[in-house]
Amino acid sequence: MAESLGSAAPEGLADRLWAAVIGRDESTAVRTVCAAADSGVDEETLLLDVVAVVQHRVGVEWAAGRISVAEEHAASAITDRVVAALAHRHAAAAGPGSRGRVTVACADGEWHALPARLLAEVLTRRGWSVDFLGARTPTPHLIADVHRTNPAAVLLSASIPTHLPAAHKAVTAVQSLGIPVMVGGAAFGPGGRYARLIQADAWAPDARTAADRLAEGLTAPQSSRRHQVDDLPHLADQEYTFVKNSRTVLVRQCLAVLDERGPDMGTHSPARRERTAEDLAHLVDFLAAALYVDDDALFTTFVAWTADVLTARRVPARGLVHGLSILAEQLHDFPRALAFLGTAAEALPVTSVPPGPGITV
Amino acid sequence: MRDGCRTTIFFRAAERWWGAQCVPPLVIPSPGTSERPRGGDIGTAWSDAPCPAVLVDSGGSVVEANDAARALFGRHTADGSAQSGLPHWLAEAHRRLGTAGLPAHVVSGAVAHRTFQAHPSPGEGGNVVWWLVEDTALRSAEQALRSERERTALLADISGALLSSLNVDRCTEVTARMAADHLADAALIVTPAQGRRHSLTHAQADRAVTQTTAHIDAGSVPGLAEALQGFPPVPTRWIDPEDLPDWVVPPGFDRPIGSVIVTPLPGHGVPAGVLILLRSSTQRAFTDGEEIFARLFAARAGAALSAARLYAEQASITATLLQELLPPRLERVHGVEYAGAFRASQDHERVGGDFYDVHPGADPSKETVVVLGDVAGKGLEAAVLTGKIRTVLQALLPLSGDHHQVLGLLNDALLHSRHTRFATLVLASARRRSGQVELRLTSAGHLPPLIIRADGRVEEADTGGMLVGALPRIAVRSTDVVLAPGETCLLYTDGITEARGGPLGDQLYGEARLQEALRECARMPARAVVERVQMIAAQWLGEGRHDDLATLAITNPVGGHGALRIVDGHEDRRRRREER
Repeated sequence: MAESLGSAAPEGLADRLWAAVIGRDESTAVRTVCAAADSGVDEETLLLDVVAVVQHRVGVEWAAGRISVAEEHAASAITDRVVAALAHRHAAAAGPGSRGRVTVACADGEWHALPARLLAEVLTRRGWSVDFLGARTPTPHLIADVHRTNPAAVLLSASIPTHLPAAHKAVTAVQSLGIPVMVGGAAFGPGGRYARLIQADAWAPDARTAADRLAEGLTAPQSSRRHQVDDLPHLADQEYTFVKNSRTVLVRQCLAVLDERGPDMGTHSPARRERTAEDLAHLVDFLAAALYVDDDALFTTFVAWTADVLTARRVPARGLVHGLSILAEQLHDFPRALAFLGTAAEALPVTSVPPGPGITV
Repeated sequence: MRDGCRTTIFFRAAERWWGAQCVPPLVIPSPGTSERPRGGDIGTAWSDAPCPAVLVDSGGSVVEANDAARALFGRHTADGSAQSGLPHWLAEAHRRLGTAGLPAHVVSGAVAHRTFQAHPSPGEGGNVVWWLVEDTALRSAEQALRSERERTALLADISGALLSSLNVDRCTEVTARMAADHLADAALIVTPAQGRRHSLTHAQADRAVTQTTAHIDAGSVPGLAEALQGFPPVPTRWIDPEDLPDWVVPPGFDRPIGSVIVTPLPGHGVPAGVLILLRSSTQRAFTDGEEIFARLFAARAGAALSAARLYAEQASITATLLQELLPPRLERVHGVEYAGAFRASQDHERVGGDFYDVHPGADPSKETVVVLGDVAGKGLEAAVLTGKIRTVLQALLPLSGDHHQVLGLLNDALLHSRHTRFATLVLASARRRSGQVELRLTSAGHLPPLIIRADGRVEEADTGGMLVGALPRIAVRSTDVVLAPGETCLLYTDGITEARGGPLGDQLYGEARLQEALRECARMPARAVVERVQMIAAQWLGEGRHDDLATLAITNPVGGHGALRIVDGHEDRRRRREER
C-alpha cells in the first residue's frame, strides 16, 4: 500500500496524522498509524512521537485561535481512536504482562486523559499489567481499586494546576496504603516542583522517563504518621481556603464593581456577562491553586497564557489587567493573594488600567 | 523486639564479676577491730548510715567500711574484684581519682546484682570516702520503660501497616515482613486452603517476600493442622526443628534452625492462617516475653487479615452484582456511532437511577434499539430498578417495531412489580440506509432528544408522552428523524439541565445553555459529543451536589460510509484490496 511505503519518519507520519485528524477523517487516521506499525515502526515511537505530538499541536492550535473548541474535541476523539486501534493491535499480539501490576489514573476533576492513556499503553508494551482508570478518577474509586489489585505503584496524571489539591489528596491516600505514587503532567509545574511539594514518591517529565523510573523500582513510602498539612505549612494562613470557598462571592462582587463602573465593562448582555463571570471564576481558581502551592509563578503563568489566548482572538489584554485589579480590591486583607495578583499584573504587557472592553475570551 | 528483651550489657557484666561464689573473701577489716575514723557521734552515724560507704587510702586499700558496706560486700565476693576487695569499677575509679585529684565525677557499677552510684568525698591524709547510693530500682524502671516504649512504638507501626491495606496478599506480605524483621530470622504464613492448595508466604531479613501456593500436608508440622482450623483456640507451640518439612524453610535460608514456634492467626470466627517463626541456632531461643509479644502480634495480624479477606469477598460480590447494572460500553454498530457516558450523583458510587442500553440489530438491515431513561430516586436502590427495566426491555426487543406497544408492556410490568417507583425514558430505533441514519424516537415522559444538524442548528425532537409505572394506561407520540453525515441525536437525563452552579454559584444550567453548547458539536464524533456535554456539566457544577448525569449520542459519522468498527482497520484494508 502506498501509504505504508510513505515516510515512516515520525515527523512525516505526524504531519499525515495531523491532516487526517483535523480533516475529521477517522479511518485515514487509524489506517495511517496502523500501516506504520505494520511496516515496523516501533509502537512506542508511534504513541509518543506521532500521536502525542499531534495532540500537542491540537492544543497549540486551539490556544492560537486557529481551531475551534469543537474541532479540538473532534480531534481528541480521533486520536483516542487511533490509540485504541494500536492498543487492540498490541493486545492481539501479546499476552499478559510479566512485570507486575500498576495503576494509571488521572486526578479527580482532570479531563485530559490522553497523557495518562499514552503512558498506560507504553507501560503495557514494556511488560506491565496496567489498570487504566481513565479521566477524572474520584479518589474513593482509586483507593477501592488499589485495595482490589494491590499494584506495585500508582501513576497519577494531572494537566491543569487547579487539580493539584485533588492530586495531593489522592497521593496521600494511596501512600497511606503503603503503595508508592509517581506523578506526572503539566500540573506539577516546571521540573515537577509541585510533585516534590506534595511529597509524591517520584515525578517524571514524560512517559518514557516514567517507564524507565518505574523499571528501577519505586520505594514504598513508610507507613507515615505525616499529615497532608505538614507538607504545606503556608496553608495555616487560611488564604487558600478563603479564596476557594468564596469563589462565587468574589465573582459576584467583581461583577458588581464592573456594573458600577459602566455598561462597557463586559457586562452589557447576559451572555457577555456570563463569559466575564466565567473568566473571573478561572482567575479565582488559578489564584487558589497558586495559594495552595505558595507559588506566584503558577498564577503568573496562567495569566500570561490567558493574555496570549485573548490576543490570538483579538481581545485586548487590558481587560485582564482590569479583572486582576478588581480582584485585588476584594482581597485587600490577604497579603499572599495580593502579592500574587500584583506580580501577575506586572508581568502583563499592558500595565495601565484604562476603561475598556470586558475581559471576555 | 530482640533488643528490647535482651538483658542489658550492664547486667551481664555484673554477673561476670560477681557471679562466682568460690573465691577468697573480701579484704575488709572485721567490725570493731579498727578505730572509728571520727568522733563517737559521727562514727555512729557513719557506721549506721543507710547507704554503704568505704574509706579507701591513696594506695587503693580499704581502710574502713560501714555496716551497710560490709553487709553488701560481705554477701558477694568475686574473682572479678581487685585485690583490695573493691569491685573493679570502683577500684579503677579510685585509681583515676588519685592521678586526677578531686573533685571527680560520680561513677556507677554493680555489686551483688544491684547497681550503685559511687560518690567520692575527701577524707584525711589522702584517703577518700566512697559513698554508694543504690539505683537498682531506678535503672530497672528505666529499662522497663524503654523496652515498653519500643514495644508500643513497634505495635503502633505494625497496626498502622496492617490496617492500611484491605488487600489480602498485601496484608499477608506485610505480616510476614514484619514478623521476619521484628520477631524472628524467618517467618512463614500458611493460609487456610483454597481448594486443596495453601498459600505460603515466606519472609526473611534482607530478602524479598515470596508468595507461592502449594499442596502441603498440614499434618507434617506439629500443631499446624489444629491452628489452621482456628477453633477451638490452640496455644502457641514450640516444635522441634528436626521435624520440619522442607517447605517450611524459606528458599535460600542456609543457616541451621535452632527454634521454631507455630502461632495461629486468630480471625473473626474464621481462621486467618498460621504464623510460623524460625530462629537460626546462632540466635537465642524465644524468651517468654517474646512469645507473649508474638501472640499479640498474631492477634493484630489475624484481625487485619480477616478484615482484608472479608472486604475482598464483599468487593467481589459487589462487583459481580454491579456488572449487570453498570452502563455498557458503546461502539459503532452497523455504520452508526453510539457513545454513552454516565456519572453517578455520588462520586463513590458507580451506578444510579439513570441508565442506557444499545441493542444492536441482528444485521445492518435491522433496527438497533437504543434506550436511555431515569428512574425516580438515586443510588443503589434506583439502580436495581434500572436493572429490571433493562431486562424487561431486552425481553421486549422482538416487539421493538412498535414503540407504543413496548412502552405499554413495560408500564404493565412496572405497575405490577413491588417497586413503587416510576421511570421516564426515550426509546430510539436506528437504521442506516443509503448514507442516512433513520431514527424513530419516542419519549415516555422524558426530555425530548436534541438533534444537532451538520450546520450547527439544534432541534428538539417532536416526541412526548407519559412516564411509565404510574398510571394503568400511557399515551406517547413518536417522531421520525433523519441524520445526515455529521449529525447527532443526543439523549440525556435531567441531571444535565438541572445542574446547579456556574460562575455565580446557584444558577440552573438549563436547556438553553445546553442547546447553545451543542451548536459547537456539529460534525463531532459521538464520543466527543458526550464527553463535551459531561465536561461542561461537570465544570458548571464545580464541587456542588448533583443528580445522576447520563448522556447518549447517536451519530451518523462524518466519514459517510465509515461503517467500520475501530478494530476493523485491517479488515478495511483487506476489503479495499479485494475491491481493487
